[in-house]
Amino acid sequence: MPEILYGKTLDELKEWVKELGMPGFTAGQIADWLYKKDIHSIDEMSNLSKKNRELLASKASFGLIPYTTVQESTDGTKKYLFPAGNHKFIEAAMIPDKDRKTLCVSTQVGCKMGCLFCMTGKQGFQGNLSAGEILNQMRSIPEGPEISNIVYMGMGEPLDNLEAVMKSLEILTADWGYGWSPKRITVSTIGIVPAMKQFLEKSDAHLAVSLHSPFDEERKKLMPVQQVYPLKEVLSEIRSWDFGRQRRVSFEYIVFSGLNDTPAHVKELARVLDGIRCRINLIRFHAIPDTPLPSSNDQSVLNMKEALNKKNILTTIRKSRGEDIYAACGLLSTKELVKRENSDF
Amino acid sequence: MGTGIRAIKNLRLFPTPLVWKQELAPEVYVLGFKREEDFLPGQVVGISHSLELEPRLYSIASGNKDESLEILFNVNPEGALTPILGNQNPGNILQLSKPFGSFTLNENRASYWIAAGTGIAPFRSYLRSGLPAPIELIHGGRQLQSFYFQDEFLQKLPSGYVRCCTQEKGENLYEGRLTNYLREHTALQLDANFYLCGSAEMVVEVRDILLAKGVSYQQIIAEIYF
Repeated sequence: MPEILYGKTLDELKEWVKELGMPGFTAGQIADWLYKKDIHSIDEMSNLSKKNRELLASKASFGLIPYTTVQESTDGTKKYLFPAGNHKFIEAAMIPDKDRKTLCVSTQVGCKMGCLFCMTGKQGFQGNLSAGEILNQMRSIPEGPEISNIVYMGMGEPLDNLEAVMKSLEILTADWGYGWSPKRITVSTIGIVPAMKQFLEKSDAHLAVSLHSPFDEERKKLMPVQQVYPLKEVLSEIRSWDFGRQRRVSFEYIVFSGLNDTPAHVKELARVLDGIRCRINLIRFHAIPDTPLPSSNDQSVLNMKEALNKKNILTTIRKSRGEDIYAACGLLSTKELVKRENSDF
Repeated sequence: MGTGIRAIKNLRLFPTPLVWKQELAPEVYVLGFKREEDFLPGQVVGISHSLELEPRLYSIASGNKDESLEILFNVNPEGALTPILGNQNPGNILQLSKPFGSFTLNENRASYWIAAGTGIAPFRSYLRSGLPAPIELIHGGRQLQSFYFQDEFLQKLPSGYVRCCTQEKGENLYEGRLTNYLREHTALQLDANFYLCGSAEMVVEVRDILLAKGVSYQQIIAEIYF
């Protein structure tokens, strides 16, 4: 298997060119070609000697992966399908909004977390993406150069693939990489506490935590991860960090009418979030096939927003985008494309 | 939880000598440590070979009064930890966390326990800890040797232990996937609690089957190999 260049950090490139006997500065030149210029092949790295380009090409491939299909919503949202290895696929959603273009990237093929309300969870877990495969979702779409924000909220639990996610963040924000401000990036998690701690230590990107219920037993039924990392521990960790100035923490809250939008939920949310500078993003639930959970409508979401605002919790309603092409929150899935492998059940 | 579980750092680990090791099936092992801590059946421990290698979480497979604290795992040749664990010998020092987690049994409700592969571990802990027996323990595996601890379960649950085997036939085996068994099951007590332990694929598929049969999602408690 040839090495894949796209997705390597500068340190990895330095180590690799050293192994190949190339001068150390070549690593910086390669990083420049990979992340700052619009080329697609090693042969186009014109400031490398022909000999070194030939050596590189014999040992490595550039590593860009073109998308296979794209669907466009009536609201302008586009959903891109990318191959990710043997019979595996992932999706990315590009969401235009006035002068912004937000890209929602996937970090895993499927997901291990099994949340009751999520289409991705219904396909199980088929593998982690590499840093290159994560960044490729931006690099290989036509809107790539215009993307203003990236949210790690596509398929998979980002902090269950911490190493690749951290590498991708390094490449996005480093001077030798894309040079983005971390303020343009939000990483979502359902609250894997140890990995969240590492993310907070090593990155300045924003954090979004899937909350969905402030009550332990209820959250456990919605999100099995609650069994191992209860919300109390997630919030305790968040309390030890300084949010609200350079870095934001937000709590994602899918509203299921009559289930998690009662006055008791509002009161408990206010209690558990007390002292955390944060915002709650309310999300209307998009019913998925065979779900036992009730859908929400605009009015029930609005009612909850007003109730939370009265408790002095900054609350916003996330616009639903790309619903008609299954690109909206919780709807990404490549289940139908998964080739079933031998299993023990 | 069983094998293939998420790596985690920042879990406080304590050097713990391995007391014994048993191979239950090819590349499937039980590691036994001296039980130093109280725990609730269904809890997990983090385990690693060294402080440099990130720990993984494993359900405790032993009872909470047993002398040993046991974990069950199968070796994933591509995994970072299990090939190392598989090569450990008694006397070697491993790094263990304190028990934690809340995949605990509600003893006041009748229950079904449903596991695939090494997901059987927490249910063995339930049973060895003297918790009320389930209506049925339904275990999925590929071969007869995949039904770890089956002698114990056959003895303790003579009429409520179902082995769903996908690759072999045998006496008192259900031949096929456990999901097929559940689909064909016409007498499930729908008001019972259902405890699921296995891979994400298994848990979401079983959960969908139970929901389609009319079980409330509030009665389904799942532990996934994260």
